[in-house]
Amino acid sequence: MGKPVAMTGNIAVANAMRQINPDVCAAYPITPSTEVMQQFASFVADGKVDTELVTAESEHSAMSACIGAAAAGGRVMTATSANGLALMWEMLYIASGNRLPIVMTVVNRALSAPINIHGDHSDGMGARDSGWIQIYSENAQEAYDNLIQAVVIGQHRDVRLPVMVGMDGFIISHSIENLELLSDQEVKDFIGEYLPLYPLLNIKQPVTYGPLDLQDYYSEHKRQQAEAMKLAKPVILKVAQDFAALSGRKYGFFETYRLDDAEMAILTLGSSAGTARFVIDRAREQGVKVGLIKLRVFRPFPMKELQAALGHLKALAVMDRCDSFGAAGGPVFSEVRSALYDLSPHPAVVNYIYGLGGRDLGIAHIEQVIRDLQEIRQTGCIRELLTYLTVRE
Amino acid sequence: MLSREEYHSGVKEAWCPGCGNFGILNAEKRALVELQLAPEKILIVSGIGQAGKFPHYLRCNFFNGLHGRALPVALAAKLANPELTVIVHNGDGDCYGEGGNHFIHTIRRNPDITCIVHNNKVYGLTKGQASPTSDKGFKTKVQPYGVIHEPLNPLALAISLDCSFVARGYVGDLQFLAELIKAGIQHKGFALIDILQPCPTFNRVNTFRWYEERVYHLEEDREFDPKNQLKAFHKALEWGERIPLGVFYLHPKPTMEEQIPALAAGPLYRQKIQPSKVLDIMEELSALS
Ligand SMILES: Cc1ncc(C[n+]2csc(CCOP(=O)(O)OP(=O)(O)O)c2C)c(N)n1
Repeated sequence: MGKPVAMTGNIAVANAMRQINPDVCAAYPITPSTEVMQQFASFVADGKVDTELVTAESEHSAMSACIGAAAAGGRVMTATSANGLALMWEMLYIASGNRLPIVMTVVNRALSAPINIHGDHSDGMGARDSGWIQIYSENAQEAYDNLIQAVVIGQHRDVRLPVMVGMDGFIISHSIENLELLSDQEVKDFIGEYLPLYPLLNIKQPVTYGPLDLQDYYSEHKRQQAEAMKLAKPVILKVAQDFAALSGRKYGFFETYRLDDAEMAILTLGSSAGTARFVIDRAREQGVKVGLIKLRVFRPFPMKELQAALGHLKALAVMDRCDSFGAAGGPVFSEVRSALYDLSPHPAVVNYIYGLGGRDLGIAHIEQVIRDLQEIRQTGCIRELLTYLTVRE
Repeated sequence: MLSREEYHSGVKEAWCPGCGNFGILNAEKRALVELQLAPEKILIVSGIGQAGKFPHYLRCNFFNGLHGRALPVALAAKLANPELTVIVHNGDGDCYGEGGNHFIHTIRRNPDITCIVHNNKVYGLTKGQASPTSDKGFKTKVQPYGVIHEPLNPLALAISLDCSFVARGYVGDLQFLAELIKAGIQHKGFALIDILQPCPTFNRVNTFRWYEERVYHLEEDREFDPKNQLKAFHKALEWGERIPLGVFYLHPKPTMEEQIPALAAGPLYRQKIQPSKVLDIMEELSALS
C-alpha cells in the first residue's frame, strides 16, 4: 500500500497521467481543468514521461488531435471542462464511433450562459449520449483511481470505447486531500502494454476510419456500439476487482452506505456523497432508516443492478447537479426512476436539482430531503416530484 | 455634454496591478467622450478572458458571450440595429485562436464594427500559456522550451483579406491609442485595432520597456501610404527591432449593412410592419400551388 500524500484533485490526476505515460496528449486550457495539463506539461518537460504534448488552439482541435493519434495506434489522454467539452461535442462522437479508447478527465463545471466557472454536472450530462463511458468521482482519490481503471476498461478488446472520468470542479479539483498513490511500476503493470487493434500506422495492413456509411451499414455500426457498452459492464467490474486486489480500494457501478436495512435513500453522483453520509449518520442516530447510494458509473447505465439495490426501499431521492430543462427531471433522476418502473411495488422516487454553478449543498439541505422522504414514507404520497434545492425562489 | 463619469460602471476591475487593460479602458473612455457617444447607443460585445471582462467596467449595453465567439454576435447585433455603435473587445487567444475562423469571415463580410484586440501575446485568464501571437521561443509553464510555432500576424492576415481598416496601438501611448480607437469607431466598415499590451504577470518578455525601445509611429515614414495594400502588407511584416504603430491599411468600401436591401429603409425595428404586403405574397404563392 502506498504512503499517504496530500494533493489536489487536479494534481492527483496529473500524477495518474504521469504513471500511465500516454503516447499523446492534446489539450487546450480551461478553468478548472487547466492545472491538470499544466502539471502534466512539467512532467513532459522534465522527461518523466515519453508523451507528445500537443497544445491546440481550441478544444475542437484538441479532441481532433487525440482522435488522429488514437487512430494511429497511440494511447491518448486529455482533460477539459464545461464549454471546452461542449466545443468537443461533434468530435466526441467521432471518437466513440471509430471505437478509439481515448481517456479524458472532465473537471465538471457549469456551462455558460451566464458564465460560471464552478462545479456542476451540466457538461458531463450534456455528453451522456455521445457513446463515451462515464465514470464520476467523489474525491481526489477516486479521480485518481478511476482514471487508471478507465485506461484498462477503454482498451479492453470487448469494449474499445472512449472513457471520461468526472470530478467536481474546485470542490475536488482544487481541494487538497490525503490520498494514496500506487507506485509507478504498479500502474505500469496494471494498465499493461497498449496493443491497438487497427492502427493507421501499420502500413502492412492499411485501414480506413470513418468512411461513408449510409443505409447499408450505419445501423449495424451503431448497434455494435450499443453492444460494446453492454460488454463494458463486466469489464468495469473485473477491472475494479483487479484494482481492489492491487490497492485495497473497492469500486463497482455504485457504492452503498447503510442501505441494506434502509427504508429510504438518497442517490448522489460526485462530491456531495460526503455531506450526505454525514447527515445520514446523524439521522440514523435518531432512528431514521435512511441510506445512501453513490452512482459511479453513469454510462453504461447499471439498470439491473440498481433495481436489485433499490427495490426494497419505500422512498428514494435522486440528487441531480444539473437540470434537463423541460424533461421529467434531472438526467440521473429520469434514468433511475425509469430503471425502477419494472419493479412492483417500486419505491416512490423524487428528484432534487441542487448545487448549480457550484452553489454549496449544506447539511440543512440534506436534512430537508430526509424530512421529505419521511413524509412520503408515512403518507405514501409525493407532494413535489421535482424540487429545486439550494435556490432562492 | 457627456462627461467621462457617464461611462463609469462602478464595478471594480479584477485585473492585476499594472495590467495593460487599464490603459485600454482609459483610452476608450477618452475616445467615447470625444465622440460624445451616448452609452445607450453603444454595444460592447466580448468573449472570455481578461479582455473579455472589459465591458463590465464601462457603462453601456454589453453582451459577454463565449470564448472566441464575440464577432458573430457583434455582426448579428449590427445587422439587427445598424444604428448601434458596436465595439468588440477580445483577447489574442480569443480572437485569433479559438475564434480565428470568425475573425477571417467577419472581415470578409465587412460589417461596420470595431474589433479591438487586447494583444498581450499570452493567455492571461488561464494563467500564462502561449497564445497564437506569442513569439517563437516564448517560454511558459506548458511550453518550457519555448514556442516552436510561427506567430500569427493579425495585421498581415487582415490586410491580405482586404480588411477595410487595420491599425495597431500600444497601451503605453494613451493619447495615440485613444485617437486610433476614435478613428476605428468613426470608420465605416470593419475596423481592426490590435493593441500591444504588456501582461506584467504572465509575459515577462514583451514588457513596457521592451515596447518602449521599439515602437514608432507609422506617420514618421512620410512615404507611407495606408491606401496601398502591398505596402501595408509589407509594413505589417515589420516586427522585432522596430515595431510600427498607427493605421496600416485603409480601404473604404460598402459595409455589409449597406448591401442588404431590407435595411435600406432604416433599422428593422423602425420599419412599419405592412400586413398587406405579406398578404400579397401569400396570394401569389397560393396562386402558384
Ligand atoms: C471553449 C472555451 N475554452 C477555453 C476557455 C478557457 N479560457 C478562457 S479565456 C482563455 C484564453 C485567454 O487568453 P486571451 O484570449 O488571449 O485573453 P486574455 O485573458 O489574455 O485577455 C481561455 C483558454 C473557455 N472559456 N472556453
